[in-house]
Amino acid sequence: MENLLTDAFLSSLLTGAIIAGIPLLLAGLGEQMSEKAGVLNIGIEGMMLFGAYLGFLVAFTFSSVWLGFLGGIAGGMMVAALMALFCVRLGLNQIVIGIGLTLGAEGLTALLHHFQFSRTYPRLPAPVRADLPLLTDIPILGPSLFGRHPVVYIALALVVIMALLYRRTNLGLTLRAAGEKPAALDVAGGRVMMIRTAAVLFTGAMAGLGGAFMANIAAGIFIPYMTGGAGFIGIVLAMLARGRPFWVLTGALIFGGALSLTTALQVAGSNIPTDVIQMLPFAAVMLVLVLYGRKARLPAALGLPYERGAR
Amino acid sequence: MRDLARSDHPLPAKGADAVGLVNVTKRFPGVVAVDDVSLTVRAGEVHVLLGENGAGKSTIVGMLAGLQEPDNGHLTVGGGRVRLTSPSGSLEAGISTVFQHGMLVPTLTVFENLVLGDTWWHRPPRALVERRIAELQRDFGLDVPLDALTGELSLGQQQQIEIARALLRDSTVLILDEATSMLTPAGADELGARMRLLAGRGLAVIFITHKLSEAYRFGDRISVLKQGQFAGEIPPEELRGQTEVDAVEHMVRLMFGTGSAAPASRRATRAPGPVRLAVDALRTEGGAEVLALRDISLEVREGEVLGVAGIDGNGQKQLAEALAGQRPITQGSVLLDGTDLGRASVAERRRRGLRYLTDDRLSEGSVGAFPVSENTVLKEIGAPPFWTAGFERPGRIAAHARDLISTYAVRTPGEATPIGHLSGGNIQKVLLGRELTGDARVVVFNKPTYGLDMQNITASRKRMREIAEDGRAVLLISTDLDELIELADRIAVIVEGRIRGTLDNDGSGEMRLRIGRLMVGDLEAAS
Repeated sequence: MENLLTDAFLSSLLTGAIIAGIPLLLAGLGEQMSEKAGVLNIGIEGMMLFGAYLGFLVAFTFSSVWLGFLGGIAGGMMVAALMALFCVRLGLNQIVIGIGLTLGAEGLTALLHHFQFSRTYPRLPAPVRADLPLLTDIPILGPSLFGRHPVVYIALALVVIMALLYRRTNLGLTLRAAGEKPAALDVAGGRVMMIRTAAVLFTGAMAGLGGAFMANIAAGIFIPYMTGGAGFIGIVLAMLARGRPFWVLTGALIFGGALSLTTALQVAGSNIPTDVIQMLPFAAVMLVLVLYGRKARLPAALGLPYERGAR
Repeated sequence: MRDLARSDHPLPAKGADAVGLVNVTKRFPGVVAVDDVSLTVRAGEVHVLLGENGAGKSTIVGMLAGLQEPDNGHLTVGGGRVRLTSPSGSLEAGISTVFQHGMLVPTLTVFENLVLGDTWWHRPPRALVERRIAELQRDFGLDVPLDALTGELSLGQQQQIEIARALLRDSTVLILDEATSMLTPAGADELGARMRLLAGRGLAVIFITHKLSEAYRFGDRISVLKQGQFAGEIPPEELRGQTEVDAVEHMVRLMFGTGSAAPASRRATRAPGPVRLAVDALRTEGGAEVLALRDISLEVREGEVLGVAGIDGNGQKQLAEALAGQRPITQGSVLLDGTDLGRASVAERRRRGLRYLTDDRLSEGSVGAFPVSENTVLKEIGAPPFWTAGFERPGRIAAHARDLISTYAVRTPGEATPIGHLSGGNIQKVLLGRELTGDARVVVFNKPTYGLDMQNITASRKRMREIAEDGRAVLLISTDLDELIELADRIAVIVEGRIRGTLDNDGSGEMRLRIGRLMVGDLEAAS
């Protein structure tokens, strides 16, 4: 075991934590916004998967990772548009619709992928990196933290942007009011339906971007069902973060670390059974929920459709 | 709020039409909530809308606030016809509403609540809000701690914040819906003084209440609503000339008196039989949400109808539920034919002949998606003859239901139709039939004709009369005085969970006023 803590191991662990954490971060930030607005977005797993599929397809077809990200955002938003239609406009049950959308996206992407590529899994060329000069030269930390794809920095910047948005603008206020007491927002002249729709679409965009990151950057390949519950971990992150974007970041890195530990431990050739190692991230979810789940304070109107004048 | 510094709505001259209803009718499924009401609210006046619960006050508030639109008729603002299709539309028309149940977000700070509803990219500068709030503090004594968390403030303080918000928006019309119901008497007086001040500045204030003494003390003009209809008005010149006692008497007459003589069809009282139901010093637990019953004592005799009158929400539902076994009693006893029911369950009470017809036909009384047939046996699930050895006998249930449908003249396509598709009156017939099945001895009715149309009301009343004439005992809880005077032998008046008095119903025209006086009580107790 003493040879575990080598430079190579730590470096790959850190790199892995970031690569695996970014999709979780994006999903968590997205989910956080729709939960703030009172929509429990269980469909986020489906949005991620569809984003991964469309993101990969666009990147593969046009040989452009950047276009691929736009494709991923569009894919996530398409699924989110259905969520907004059914759960915000029509006021249907958010859990049922969310599960339906997730299952639908799983089936549809697997089918479409099979239809187009049959049993082959074409690979994208290695992603570009934005090496930040000097910083990249720091040992261990340098290459892990500062030699990444620009989307990594965009995602990190989003954490700051969201924090400012929630704290400083009336949009943050409107979102919170929509999630806590939509009737109060309505009679104050705010627009509940519009803010909730916008929040769900934003969730779709973030989830789609996260999915595309998984396919185009982390894996370089699309495999059906490849998100493997990342969207659901995003929901957990959003709930535990209690509305704070920086907590989502912390959580995403912890879970990302657990995910990458599974790879790193296998690379290091430890004699712990693979099954136990692969269980780690989910054990981490359970542990965190047991420890902090009771403290999660969710918006009062989360999951409740709003209808004007209903008593 | 668009421009905090500038007045969007210059106040109209005092006495000018601020807002009005013209022949407005609003229906909800099974109920006409507002029935052809016209009224005008003038700038510089505190206009009191007075009426019992269910009189249509809240619906009028909802329409003025843009939550609902009238089915017929229209609204006016500043004398011109308008449509208020949304709360923001209503705010733009200069109408601000302080709802009965506060409409602030408890998890936001006071400042955040004040600026809520503004466009998303913009937040009014804090300094500007502070300046305006300081003015409001000076002019109207409003206490607005900008950085406090709203949910931690008292209800009275929250209400002041809502009023401040309305003033920040430069509203010309301020609606206060049951604004004193959550306040202490001192707080209510303070609010009253503030209303007078606001009206003095030229605002039109609409004050909704069911407390007569507040209406007299705070109001310039009083409009009385009764069962969705406009029952009359006391204009300022008349109100000013009256003493409080005279004014309250006037309001009681408008609220409770039709001016007509006793209903012609009053049931003839027969010699009372033995006591069927005896309630002795009954108490239930209360809390912030539910009123407690305090020392309720009643007797209902065979062949007798005992009416329970009262303004809605004074413990009627608790009384009915306590009798039916749905609400635990903390003290006292309920005797059925001399036997203490003690802790008997709902089913046990029903089996012994105590039947309860709920006022909540749709959610408590029936399962909307189930067919009529199953609803007729809902209270006998698992019992023979409709179930044998644990198996449902659909044939027997259907036959029973068909029987009930024809006996009670239920208008339904068939016994297999989901009961939720029927009208309120027909659901009521099914429920009545269900409660009278078997050996019914005492029947408790809670607002049996509420929300029904005239024809069904007549039929229901006829049915209740027959039940009593068959030798059963009837406890009739109703907010409709006409109904009680028509049917009851004696009428007990319930106020805040206590029986304030019981009157022998002589059917005279004086009955309404006597009941009404007991209901609103003496002036002190009423406010």
